Amino acid sequence: MSLGLMEKQLNNQQVADQEQALVKYENVKKQFGDNEVLKGLNLAIQPGEKVALIGPSGSGKTTIIRMLMTLEKPTSGVITIGGEPLWHKKVGEKLVPADEKHLRRLRTDIGMVFQHFNLFPHMTILRNVTEAPIHVLGLSKEEATERAVDMLNKVGLGDKLDAYPEQLSGGQKQRVAIARAVVMRPKVMLFDEVTSALDPELVGEVLQVIKDLAEETDMAMILVTHEMDFARDVADRVVFLHNGQIEEQGKPSEILENPKSERLQSFLSRFLA
Amino acid sequence: MDTYKEIIPLILPGLTITLKVLVASVALAISVAFVAGLARLSRFALVRKITAVYVELFRGTSLLVQLFWIFFALPAFGIQFSPFLASVVALGLNYGAYGSEVVRSAILAIPNGQTEASIALNMTRWQRMRLVILPQALRIMLPGFGNNAIELLKGTSLVSLITLTDLTYKGLIIQNNNLSYTFPVFVVLLLFYFIIALPLIFGVRKLEKNASRGVAKA
Amino acid sequence: MTWDWQFAIEIFPDIASAIWLVIGVTFGAYLVSLTFGLILTFLRRSSFKPLAFLTYWFIEFVRSTPPLVQLFFVYFALPAIGITLNKYLAGILTLGIHYATYVSEVYRSGIDAVPKGQWEASRAMNFTKIHTWFRVILPQAIPPVIPMLGNYLLVLFKETPILMAIGVGEFLQEAQLIGAANFRYLEPITIVGLLFLLLSYPSAILINKLEKRSKLGYSANKKQKGMSVVGTDGEAVKQSAGG
Repeated sequence: MSLGLMEKQLNNQQVADQEQALVKYENVKKQFGDNEVLKGLNLAIQPGEKVALIGPSGSGKTTIIRMLMTLEKPTSGVITIGGEPLWHKKVGEKLVPADEKHLRRLRTDIGMVFQHFNLFPHMTILRNVTEAPIHVLGLSKEEATERAVDMLNKVGLGDKLDAYPEQLSGGQKQRVAIARAVVMRPKVMLFDEVTSALDPELVGEVLQVIKDLAEETDMAMILVTHEMDFARDVADRVVFLHNGQIEEQGKPSEILENPKSERLQSFLSRFLA
Repeated sequence: MDTYKEIIPLILPGLTITLKVLVASVALAISVAFVAGLARLSRFALVRKITAVYVELFRGTSLLVQLFWIFFALPAFGIQFSPFLASVVALGLNYGAYGSEVVRSAILAIPNGQTEASIALNMTRWQRMRLVILPQALRIMLPGFGNNAIELLKGTSLVSLITLTDLTYKGLIIQNNNLSYTFPVFVVLLLFYFIIALPLIFGVRKLEKNASRGVAKA
Repeated sequence: MTWDWQFAIEIFPDIASAIWLVIGVTFGAYLVSLTFGLILTFLRRSSFKPLAFLTYWFIEFVRSTPPLVQLFFVYFALPAIGITLNKYLAGILTLGIHYATYVSEVYRSGIDAVPKGQWEASRAMNFTKIHTWFRVILPQAIPPVIPMLGNYLLVLFKETPILMAIGVGEFLQEAQLIGAANFRYLEPITIVGLLFLLLSYPSAILINKLEKRSKLGYSANKKQKGMSVVGTDGEAVKQSAGG
């Protein structure tokens, strides 16, 4: 972790409420039927900051990033990105529900890697990675291909350009999915338990790719994960969620080595055992 | 509106014929479907082959051609059916062939473990089929039978082409006698068929929901 | 009276000559059902509820009423409200629209089988709705249902004899005319049956083969065609998606 980031980290609590936050959740609630998954979340993420979300299943961590990717609509509250409300549009002083056009504009800043990869099975690896740059960013085919090949080389799959997803291992698929999201150059990348669906021996290669990425880029990252060592290595801040609320947050060393709350202690003890 | 009021009583006698044809052919089709469906799973290759030829013959040609063959061509062999009987035989054999596939695939859909368990209980072949396989397969078959019944209902309109005075035939007569009725007659006809089909549509929908209940999973 | 070979051979060409008409009507109606079926599928998924509701009942209505009566309606009744079609067009449209309701169900099953993650990934990639439909969802939804779609080509083919009811000279109409003229129905109608078997059986086998192939993955497709994909080769990709 760079010194700059350390400083940023220390100031985090103070700046959290200020406008410079890249992503901000303000009193965000989410309900599925009778089940309240998030109970008034307040969270701010700075540009370039790497935040790991940990917590037991059902604690709402995946919902947090799915709402940012616009896959899930918050029941109430406001999410802003770059100071602009994501799910709402400003008409004069009023906030009205966002339309598809607004969502598409703001989604440009967000990228996501899924637990189950969700690669497009009918496209080659290369086309999986070039499809969005060509059709969404409007890059030329040459430009997009160059960008994609570069990125696929970086994740170690430069030799699989013409393969189809079904020909790859889970770990390879997930690396393609990472490349597919990164070539869009979003400001914030979301990782949804990206190693949970992998065989244990394939987890390492994927985590390594993300670690390298975290060091090299100034993209912000929100990582939902169960890999505590990984969270420690990559994150500037670890947020522990329980029952739809933030129970504890801070530097990885504080959170993972000196947990204060009992719930966090018992949660962590399961990983150390 | 008055035109419609005049047409409906004129058409009603046709409804009776259509319903009679429908009920008789459904009964024949279901019987044929079970016999042929089980025969296709027979131990004896010859039985399987003969049934397969029957099924392919009826599924590979048109219902209307079969109806015409039974009504117009069979008399060449000295077999003369009345229009009603020819209709029931053609519809019954045709949809019996489709139904046999429903029976066969439903039986095949029951996991092998069920057969193995009944062998372990020392049941006879027929007991296995009757006590274990068929009761489960029946639930899977029912929506398929329902859909076939809707298809059969539609098929009954073809009997008008061999002069059986069903709904469609009645409609054509009325239209012929009074050309100004042309539009309302066919609207009424379509609505009649739809109303007969409605209970089947809702039945199938319900059966589809229930189909997976009480059936062993693989 | 039994089978007369001489008579059968004599009349065979007359009946078989209807083949191009039958094929034309079949493919015409098939084209209508493939396109109109897709439109019905979209309308049924419309977020405008009354439209989706109306489409649902339109499909149920057309599906459960006899095509023969629909044919009479289109050919005899529509002129009363100013829509006059010749018998061929009436036949093609009636059969096409009737089976469009079946085809739309096939499309729907294909679309429902595409995993939810594909929609989510398309959103995460910020694709437009149209791009998501035509480049991500449909290319995955349609290949698995191609055998089912092919099956409806056969079903349509076997339904063409009803067009004799409005005087379209397909196989059965020809046979019926010959039969009436000679007072011999056995040979002409049997020939019609044989023609149907002859034409539909090989097609059924072909569809069966397609079905087995469609169970293979996308990469198998590529290998079978011996393609070498270089770069984001649009052509090659289109081929594999269509295969």
